[in-house]
Amino acid sequence: MSEKTTIPASAQLVVIGAGPGGYAAAFKAAELGLQVTVIDPEANPGGVCLHRGCIPSKALLHVAKLVNEAEESSAIGVTFAKPAIDVDRVRAWKDEVVGKLTGGLGMKVEHKKLTYVRGMARFKNATTLAVTGVDGAQGDMVFEQAILATGSRPIMLPGVDPGSERIFDSTGALELKDIPESLLVVGGGYIGLELGSAYQAMGSKVSVVEMTGGLLPGCDRDLVSVLKRRLDTKFAAIMMNTKVAGLKELKQSVAVTLEDKKGEQTQQKFSKVLVSIGRRPNTEDLGLENTAAELDEKGFVKVDAQRRTAEPTIFAIGDIAGEPMLAHKAYAEAAVAAEAAAGRKAVYDPRAIPAVVFTDPEIAWCGLTETEARAAKRKVTTAKLPWRGVGRTLTLGREDGITKLIIDPETERVLGVAVAGPGAGELIAEGVLAIEMAAVAADLRGTIHPHPTLSETIYEAAEQLFKP
Amino acid sequence: MAQEIRVPEVSDGVTEGTVIALAVAVGDTVETDQTLLEMETDKAVVAIPSPFDGKITTIDVAEGDTVAIGAVIMTGEPTSGGAAAAPAPAPDAAAPAPAAAPEPAPEPEAPVAAAAPEPADSPAEAAPAAAAAAPPAATASADEVDLTTVRDSDLVAPAAPSVRRLARDLGVDIYQVQGAGPGGRISADDVREFVRETMQRITGGGPVPKVSGEFPGLHAQRPLPDFSKWGPVTQEPLSKVRSITADAMSYAWSTIPMVTQYDKADIAELEAFRKEYNRKADPAGKLTMTAILIKVCAAALKAFPQFNSTLDLARGELILKQYVHIGVAVDTPSGLLVPVLRDADRKGIETLATELNETAAKTRERRISPADLEGGSFTISNLGGIGGTAFTPIVYAPQVAILGVSRAETEPVWDGQEFHPGLMMPLSLTYDHRVIDGADGARFLRWICQAIEEPINLVMKG
Repeated sequence: MSEKTTIPASAQLVVIGAGPGGYAAAFKAAELGLQVTVIDPEANPGGVCLHRGCIPSKALLHVAKLVNEAEESSAIGVTFAKPAIDVDRVRAWKDEVVGKLTGGLGMKVEHKKLTYVRGMARFKNATTLAVTGVDGAQGDMVFEQAILATGSRPIMLPGVDPGSERIFDSTGALELKDIPESLLVVGGGYIGLELGSAYQAMGSKVSVVEMTGGLLPGCDRDLVSVLKRRLDTKFAAIMMNTKVAGLKELKQSVAVTLEDKKGEQTQQKFSKVLVSIGRRPNTEDLGLENTAAELDEKGFVKVDAQRRTAEPTIFAIGDIAGEPMLAHKAYAEAAVAAEAAAGRKAVYDPRAIPAVVFTDPEIAWCGLTETEARAAKRKVTTAKLPWRGVGRTLTLGREDGITKLIIDPETERVLGVAVAGPGAGELIAEGVLAIEMAAVAADLRGTIHPHPTLSETIYEAAEQLFKP
Repeated sequence: MAQEIRVPEVSDGVTEGTVIALAVAVGDTVETDQTLLEMETDKAVVAIPSPFDGKITTIDVAEGDTVAIGAVIMTGEPTSGGAAAAPAPAPDAAAPAPAAAPEPAPEPEAPVAAAAPEPADSPAEAAPAAAAAAPPAATASADEVDLTTVRDSDLVAPAAPSVRRLARDLGVDIYQVQGAGPGGRISADDVREFVRETMQRITGGGPVPKVSGEFPGLHAQRPLPDFSKWGPVTQEPLSKVRSITADAMSYAWSTIPMVTQYDKADIAELEAFRKEYNRKADPAGKLTMTAILIKVCAAALKAFPQFNSTLDLARGELILKQYVHIGVAVDTPSGLLVPVLRDADRKGIETLATELNETAAKTRERRISPADLEGGSFTISNLGGIGGTAFTPIVYAPQVAILGVSRAETEPVWDGQEFHPGLMMPLSLTYDHRVIDGADGARFLRWICQAIEEPINLVMKG
């Protein structure tokens, strides 16, 4: 970097953080005619999602899919040789994907004539930021309105050296330095299971340790069991009700002390340990205490239905504005905040935010879950369609899957949709639309679904509700 | 060469008007600023001037047509040399506006919140404290959203995102709309039906009247009988002045609890002075009793500031005006109009008399500009010239008091020992009882009477 970072003295709208929330808000606001300045330490927009999250992990999961399909195809009469994994090439390809996407966003920043400042920012008060460029340049920036989108970061276990070679978080795992012989995934959430699956397919012996009694906390158990049945055959071990009592980094491995429900401790060695126990919003060091904005007890910024903080000039969107910490939720909030900043009447009021776990099989759901309905003692009717026997699933050589509708018994409105099985992530969009449009079961049944596709499972599940 | 003539901007908030008279015909030669037609807007009758010297080639409107600001009304051929390219100049002295025009805009002199400081270009210029106090223009726009209608519940209203957005734009709480679709699904039509039904309930089931007042619901009208059963009738449309007066009066009558206080002032000495003065005065400066009363009332308003106020129940405040602008009701052929004399407390009676004569004449000829009908802080209605012993004027909202004046008569006055003849002028003061107590009403009117009887009081107390 030869030129020193220029820090503009003022901005009409400043967007802090250029992840999915930040760049979407910046582009939308620019379209609405605001003068937008974006501040982010990376050379190009993208945030965790593009640089260290959704996109690189999906690239690795694609590799996993190829490997698994090649392996399983011998059952249907097509046998490939055992795959040879060129880690350097896989890493390079993953980086190319990330580079293409983030570079494209960088072009869009120029095309839309946004001001992009590589650096960090801190609020001095409700209308001034102290900006520090990545090269150390400093300056104050006065703004009319700000959209805060600084995202989140993985939580590390206490006592782990941040520079550790063998104990890493999702960021380290996605760097794909090598394929360890064995990998322990701490935490049975979606990040751990996705990355564990990818490493397993590329050759690692993967074990999972989860503190609670089940994988994917919050997800309906019938969906999880579809996934667990397959993971049991792929992973070396899945240890529930077990916690990590100690981690010791050795020369060639990590010695892990595991403690089960009864308090009995055992020690095992793993080449590497992936810690995926959750994410924490990046709300520290922003100078929020110099504004009227407030945090809740979990560290999220409190916002109103327009994503405005208690400080009227400042909006907050994405991971820092509360659960779920998902890119598509940030996109939706970004559009609302940008419109509100431009004086429009936008309000964030989604009926359903889809969640997708990109394991094999995938799990996806939206709206009300059965678990939530039961906890709230809410009466619902469910229609569950196992994929066994559905034409399209059989022709894919897979029949592990389930499609489930959660229906209000009185109005027959679709309250929730959940799918487990290959391609579930693509199917769930129909469920989200159904919920947003306040569709009733008869609407799903009365909609012609293409044959033979997996989407027919939604039609057939609805059809079940009308059997005499 | 032909140039279009369009309706120019007339006044803030005016978007259209009705052509009431065409002043030219096709083929007429016109001069710049010559009146082409008269248009009645809901604020005033406005003369549309010619933007150039030239000849009218077509006329695209007829009397009675409604035309929008910016619409083409005529075309013409400017004679060369005219500044033809320029858009039509603003209409000069617009004709009168209705007396009882409800004031849609804040009064110009009202202490409008200091304009939000524009964030400066350099940090040095931007005082952070000041900037922080003033939310940027964009956030403070009129497009406020009612966030209380956004509910975080799983019993969400069954409406598609587009329908929810429509409801939000119309200011409808989607949770109050009853959906007609399967599962109670709310369609865009359901939202519109909800708005229609709500409006009908407010307006009593009749056709929705065209309203300009704050509380359209107060104009509910019961069904009228068929009068032709009892004899022949004719109908004529309400003029703009009449409908605005009706709106303002019914608003005031139905929202303000009013009390009228009566008193009399002996004006014998004042009348003698006035007649003597007028013998020598130039007709333009002719002194009227109304002009004297303007001065007296201005002094009274300084002594009793609560009479120069407006009640803001929404904010829970009494707005006290630091200026004294007196409105005077003027009877014109097209209805009652109330032009306003500015800063009456700072002007002598001579000046006020001249201004009043000029303003009244302009008003009767409907040459008064809409701006001169706005911003009054108190009103005087003098019917003494016509007669009558007393009447109860109606407070002209958002003012809080009005003074009615009736014809003075010679009456026996008991001075404690004997009767002597007094020239007694009946005064009636109607006030907003929410703001003004009865005792203060009586004191205020007494103060006026004493000032009239012994004008030295004006200087002593005022």
